[in-house]
Amino acid sequence: MSLDYTVDGAFNEGLIKEAVEAHPEKAGKKRARHLGTVKTDAEGTSTCGVKSNIKSVPGVMTQRGCAYAGAKGVVWGPIKDMVHISHGPVGCGHYSWSQRRNYFNGTVGIDSFVTMQITSDFQERDIVFGGDKNLEKMIDELETMFPLTKGYSILSECPIGLIGDDIEAVSKKKAKDTEKLVVPCRCEGFRGISQSLGHHIANDGIRDWILGKNEQEWETGPYDVNLIADYNIGGDAWPSRKLLEEMGLRVIGQWTGDSTLAEIERAPKAKINLIHCYRSMNYICRHMEETWGIPWLEYNFFGPTQIAKSLRKIAAKFDETIQANAEKVIAKYQPLADAVIAKYQPRLDGKRVMLFVGGLRPRHTATAYEDLGMQVIGSGYEFAHNDDYQRTAEYLKDGTLIYDDASEYELELFIEKLKPDLVGSGIKEKYGTQKMGVPFRQMHSWDYSGPYHGYDGFAVFARDMDLAVNAPVWSKIKAPWKAA
Amino acid sequence: MPQSADTVKDHISLFQEPEYKELFAHKKEQYECRHPDEEVAKQLEYTKSWEYREKNFARQHAVINPPRACQPLGAVFAAAGFEGSMPYVHGSQGCAAYFRSHLSRHFKDASVCVSDSMTEDAAVFGGLANLVDGLQNCNTLYKPKMITISTTCMAEVIGDDLSSFINTAKEKEAIPADLPTPFAHTPSFVGSHITGYDNMIKGIFSYFWDREAQLTPTPGGKINIIPGFDGYAPANNREIKRYLDLMGVDYTLVCDVSDTFDSPTDGTYKMYYGGTTIEDTRAAINAKATLSLQEFSTEKTLDYVATKGQTVAALNSPMGVSGTDAFLMKVAELSGKAIPEALEIERGRLVDAIADSNAWLHGKRVALFGDPDVVYGLTAFLLELGMEPIHILASNGSAEWEQKTKDLLATSRFGDGGTAWRGKDLWHMRSLLFTEPVDLLIGSSYGKYLEKDTGTPFIRLGFPVFDRHHHHRFPTFGYQGALRVLVEILDRIFEVADASSDISYDLTR
Repeated sequence: MSLDYTVDGAFNEGLIKEAVEAHPEKAGKKRARHLGTVKTDAEGTSTCGVKSNIKSVPGVMTQRGCAYAGAKGVVWGPIKDMVHISHGPVGCGHYSWSQRRNYFNGTVGIDSFVTMQITSDFQERDIVFGGDKNLEKMIDELETMFPLTKGYSILSECPIGLIGDDIEAVSKKKAKDTEKLVVPCRCEGFRGISQSLGHHIANDGIRDWILGKNEQEWETGPYDVNLIADYNIGGDAWPSRKLLEEMGLRVIGQWTGDSTLAEIERAPKAKINLIHCYRSMNYICRHMEETWGIPWLEYNFFGPTQIAKSLRKIAAKFDETIQANAEKVIAKYQPLADAVIAKYQPRLDGKRVMLFVGGLRPRHTATAYEDLGMQVIGSGYEFAHNDDYQRTAEYLKDGTLIYDDASEYELELFIEKLKPDLVGSGIKEKYGTQKMGVPFRQMHSWDYSGPYHGYDGFAVFARDMDLAVNAPVWSKIKAPWKAA
Repeated sequence: MPQSADTVKDHISLFQEPEYKELFAHKKEQYECRHPDEEVAKQLEYTKSWEYREKNFARQHAVINPPRACQPLGAVFAAAGFEGSMPYVHGSQGCAAYFRSHLSRHFKDASVCVSDSMTEDAAVFGGLANLVDGLQNCNTLYKPKMITISTTCMAEVIGDDLSSFINTAKEKEAIPADLPTPFAHTPSFVGSHITGYDNMIKGIFSYFWDREAQLTPTPGGKINIIPGFDGYAPANNREIKRYLDLMGVDYTLVCDVSDTFDSPTDGTYKMYYGGTTIEDTRAAINAKATLSLQEFSTEKTLDYVATKGQTVAALNSPMGVSGTDAFLMKVAELSGKAIPEALEIERGRLVDAIADSNAWLHGKRVALFGDPDVVYGLTAFLLELGMEPIHILASNGSAEWEQKTKDLLATSRFGDGGTAWRGKDLWHMRSLLFTEPVDLLIGSSYGKYLEKDTGTPFIRLGFPVFDRHHHHRFPTFGYQGALRVLVEILDRIFEVADASSDISYDLTR
């Protein structure tokens, strides 16, 4: 935040014009609303100047996914002791099989099922006659195969909602038969406009089928918190949990990375919900606030500046003991952060970064880059809403290029013209960017690295940005006999 | 403190640190409410039993870890093998994102595909408006030479008619009338990715041969080669071309992704790079024969090609000595060209290598899984190595595949213990490996979970390979490819031998 640099807003406005004009008129008009630059008005209020959470334009190669991806891949999939059924044809479960890197401790196929692809594998007859009967029998078979599962989620793929199946009735019946939780989730891929609706639908499932239904014996202590919306990518939630526990808080539920069903059920007993990915789980926090009066607080555990700020913000919700502990925790880890910065900042200082990620990281990681002396010159989300962009502007400098639901075309154009030193985005964007000779890190999966959260994670983050930006290979792009 | 700036620990070592081990233990004990360790251990043991295996094989509805994807993935792969072709998926956008990610994770290369982002209103009113806008936007932005269209299950369930929709788009001048738009209906609830490959190749042929203009074949001397859905296509296709060039065969390699999925990094990203030319694809109707290297990935395509009067033939992922021999002899037969001595020398080197290593291969029991042609080709190779294929699993194998594999096993005494399993998944394979153990497991990256669970040494060969890099840049096809597969098998066998005993830790093997 304190890092001082300027971004060429006028140049970026020119880029936006060029991008828009490449489209047919109707599409260009639609896309124009999603491209902007950060501006600060006379009152000092910053805005991103884009519309968001609107249908993607057909044929432009949006990078977005679907509701199923949001519900299964993000929210439900990491709950480790439940079996998550990809209900429909074989593909959706296949492509999302083990791809989110939601780390967990457990025995796969016995008491944990995160890295499995379990599907009803719809055939033509299921489309014609419906899949409900098949689903019922399937759950019986899964009970035989996996007797230690704590329950089932049924994640609908596109056909389910089109053929009129009643998965809610099946869920109720099988819950009775198995005496376990069975949750239907109407996350068909055609619903909504991105992964985002899938998050919302999955939150609603937790609200309607779990919370308040199975009261646990739990004596609430003064420091009980839930760690919400950390999916433990590469183990992210663990260094986060460590910091909270070192502060003296009791993390009674960790959602949903490495979580058990018990941790979900227990959530209403907490004093406060601490939420990392606002986009994917603000819904359930609002619900718990309305129903049980549990307040919620957003925090950011990327990079030492935001971590310290967040620890103090969290501590302020508790007594002086916790506040003093927070200071101790910050003091304990600050030397590590300083050493990491001392090591990596000289290699990364002034390097320019473009980000395009899901619904949180385009803002949340910005300060972590700045902690290393790097400059964020462009940022955008696949599936953010207006409230995300409101939260984004304060992280970014005026003039920063903003691209909502950017297409392959737009990203390629912006990268080519802005020639950043690093692009942080996803697997679909990775290889084309590298062909241009531009260093790249996947910022959904941490490029198979991580954790990036907490102080322990910041060291990994810094190392990874350095190894990407300063790899010797980037000097070999042009054949020496051609280098002019 | 477990972390330091000097030696940064990532997930691989960080979570082995005592501080994290304690955190895990505390979380488990205090908050997770998991089953007691003894109960987990008991169930784990039970899953290794014959009794569990029988229950496992009694499954008729639950499908657990099937190594198989859906049709449009194969269609998008097929579409990527043509010059200037933009794969286009009519239906939900999430599917396109999945296909691109899946292909990129395997090939470590860019994979493009547009969708027309159908949502709830399209579910009600049909996807015509999406297709018209989508084609126009795609064409304007990406300037493809052809747009190659397949469908997701959403579009299939609501019954969108691609042919009439595309015609409407052209009538509305969303795209030029002469822009090639081959298409195929590829419902995800029928078959698998190899079915989608078949449908798309047939769709491309029939577009250029029947729809764009009604072509009449004028048979010439060329032969068409269709490589099939192959994770090693970049290297294998190059090897196939090298063989054909050495033989002096006049050919068209139909659907060539060797450049698409293996393009150089030189400072410029080229969205379209390589592929079978449109001109060659049109002219492929005039070939005197079409040879498919994957029978089960091209059944409909070959039936269609045969209606144009061509001789058609199919192999099953030719691999090893006899597989490659059969390929060369078939090409010689179809083209009338002789097999050059240079290839005979390559063959001799492979035979030399097998003879050198025979003792280490003999009688080793192998489990393998993957697409039907790949598994068949590999089974044939294992038999000639004197290895024993035991559990042979193709989750998308047909009854014909099963019979053909049985017939193959019957040709060799090394096939006596083998069983062909079709329609089974990797949870079935887990039971097979526990109850009837083998020395080696061969399959796609998903096999790594089986290696972890059952301790069976594992070799990655198939699609996808996500967790090892660049395997697709080296061939599995031909004599050279067989050498590569042979070396991988031997290395794994030697690693197991080295790790198993201090006494027999020999310097020379």
